[in-house]
Amino acid sequence: MIRIKSVLAGLAMVAASAIHLPAAAQAPIKIAIAGPMTGSNATFGEQLWGGAKAYADQVNEKGGIRGRKIELVKGDDACEPKQAVALANRLVDKDKVDAVVGHFCSSSTIPASVIYADANILSITPASTNPIVTERKLKTVFRSCGRDDQQAVVAGSFLLDKLKVTRIALIHDKDTYGQGLVDALRAALAKRGVQPVLYEGLIRGERDFNSLVTKIKAANADAVYFGGLIPEAGPLIRQMREQGLTAKFVSGDALAQAEIVNAAGGPQFLKDVYYSSAPDPTKKLGNSEVTQALKRANVEPSNYALFAYASVQALVAAMEGTNVGGADAMADWLRKNSVNSAVGKLAWNDKGDVVDFQFDFFAFDSNGRRFEYR
Amino acid sequence: MDLHIAAQQIANGCALGAIYGLIAVGYTMVYGVIRMINFAHGEVYMVSAYMSAIVLSVLTVLGVTSPVLVLLLVLFVTCAITGLFGWVIERVAYRPLRGSTNLAPLISAIGVSLMLQSYVQISQGARDQGVPNLLAGSVQMNIGSGTAQFTYMQLVILLVALSAMAVLTYVIGYTRLGRQCRATQQNRRMASALGVNTDRIISLVFVIGAITAAVGGVLVTLNYGSFNFYMGFVVGVKAFTAAVLGGIGSLPGAIVGGLILGLAEALFAGYVSTDYKDVFAFVALICVLYFKPSGLLGRPEIQKV
Repeated sequence: MIRIKSVLAGLAMVAASAIHLPAAAQAPIKIAIAGPMTGSNATFGEQLWGGAKAYADQVNEKGGIRGRKIELVKGDDACEPKQAVALANRLVDKDKVDAVVGHFCSSSTIPASVIYADANILSITPASTNPIVTERKLKTVFRSCGRDDQQAVVAGSFLLDKLKVTRIALIHDKDTYGQGLVDALRAALAKRGVQPVLYEGLIRGERDFNSLVTKIKAANADAVYFGGLIPEAGPLIRQMREQGLTAKFVSGDALAQAEIVNAAGGPQFLKDVYYSSAPDPTKKLGNSEVTQALKRANVEPSNYALFAYASVQALVAAMEGTNVGGADAMADWLRKNSVNSAVGKLAWNDKGDVVDFQFDFFAFDSNGRRFEYR
Repeated sequence: MDLHIAAQQIANGCALGAIYGLIAVGYTMVYGVIRMINFAHGEVYMVSAYMSAIVLSVLTVLGVTSPVLVLLLVLFVTCAITGLFGWVIERVAYRPLRGSTNLAPLISAIGVSLMLQSYVQISQGARDQGVPNLLAGSVQMNIGSGTAQFTYMQLVILLVALSAMAVLTYVIGYTRLGRQCRATQQNRRMASALGVNTDRIISLVFVIGAITAAVGGVLVTLNYGSFNFYMGFVVGVKAFTAAVLGGIGSLPGAIVGGLILGLAEALFAGYVSTDYKDVFAFVALICVLYFKPSGLLGRPEIQKV
């Protein structure tokens, strides 16, 4: 952290002395990247930070935003709501950031975003899909990802129409994201007259779900929908298959990570596993500017790295568009304009949700590679 | 509810309980000799999981394929390296604090555990990593209208946990080393006056504790197939609970406590609710401690005046 700061400061000084641009000596624009940098979901924090840094580096190389460099501030909430609130206060009061990309877990984003909104700081979450995030009429809170109520409707019709299953077990991880997604799906299924055969919450951080699997088996489910994250999804899938439970396994956008193959113990366990996610943003990258920027920053083009990249792109575009105006001006700008980002074109509605966010379904081939399932 | 489902839930509970018991043996062993709760035990277990994956991939590169040979080599190398970890941790984090307040080594242990966790996160990455299953397959039992199963890996864990308990009970109770351990526990100064090298004994106890964590780390990693830097925490807490339930300081108590905790969790999750299984497990713990404050098989502490 200190090293990055000093390197950036050094770069700014070198630029200032070499080019004699008065603008380069201006204070940097501080953008916080908040997410789980430690704890069991630290892998997502790494992705957010990597993607954001790749784009910030690129902007800084080109001279910054209107002559001002971007300075990224790393914030760790460990996906703990309490820590997220403390972090948000620190970012506002001590670091005095100009904008925030984050947080990751909905349970952290929901309380933290209130603090940013009160301090009149624009925040964009690249990953929190729980509806509440943007349902509270907070003008300066945005997201660059989809919403769980949309995702649940898509998942509902996928289960009933595409997989043609009706005996569905709903499993969640008791967290805002997982339970929110599963509850939304339960409502979507109820509208079609389908009641789940099982509705259970497991405990985050555990690895042994054998008794839950036996229970699913006893309930005679032919599909399991899981709302939760990879550290629990992996062992759950494997233990289902080890107990000979062949029910289809469907989950949400948190599974859109290559590491699910490792977490589940190998591609042989990923037969009949599906998840919904934004159309795979890593697919259409090719040798674009984004790929180059990620390569220079030594960051793998993973899903959340790209969403963080896109969120910083949106922030930078809004700052450029408003001549680094305040949060209100930027919020207005984002609602009126669209941004061509690393994850496609992003435009926002009045709530701060992405307009026409699309969810596709993905499955795995015998080598564990993801493909779009139609 | 069907009979085979009930049998499967009991099997699930025994398998989970065996894992808790195996890790709990390490806690209880260290506590039994130096009356200190080694909160870094869960992290040592996590480090050994990474170690076993590294050894596994090295063996694969070297072309060793026989599953039994691979398992034994992985166990041996991992135990050796993890034992070294245990020795270093005791030397660096606990020995300098011996003689200070009881709380100091406890805090130091929490520090060690955070350090190991962050170190592994930074050096190995935060992602979930996987290992191939060496011992696939299971024993199927026909019960009632269906079958219940024990995977081979679960059976191996149960056997290893029981033998670890038996071997350590024998070592502590009937060998020269064990007598020295007990003497060190009862009165360190007196033991040292009678020629027992107490520093060496305490080091050794930590090495043995780390080795039991390593055995657990290898087997549990192979059983679940995936691991990350954070997994030591939950298992550590559960194993510690098992050790307290069975009576901390008692080796058979660790296994009994583990099995009871595992069974309680599995049966409650299976027949009532997964959401509340931890609530149930800890209420059960409180009830046991209420009537037997030193745990099921623990000997009450007698204060001699």
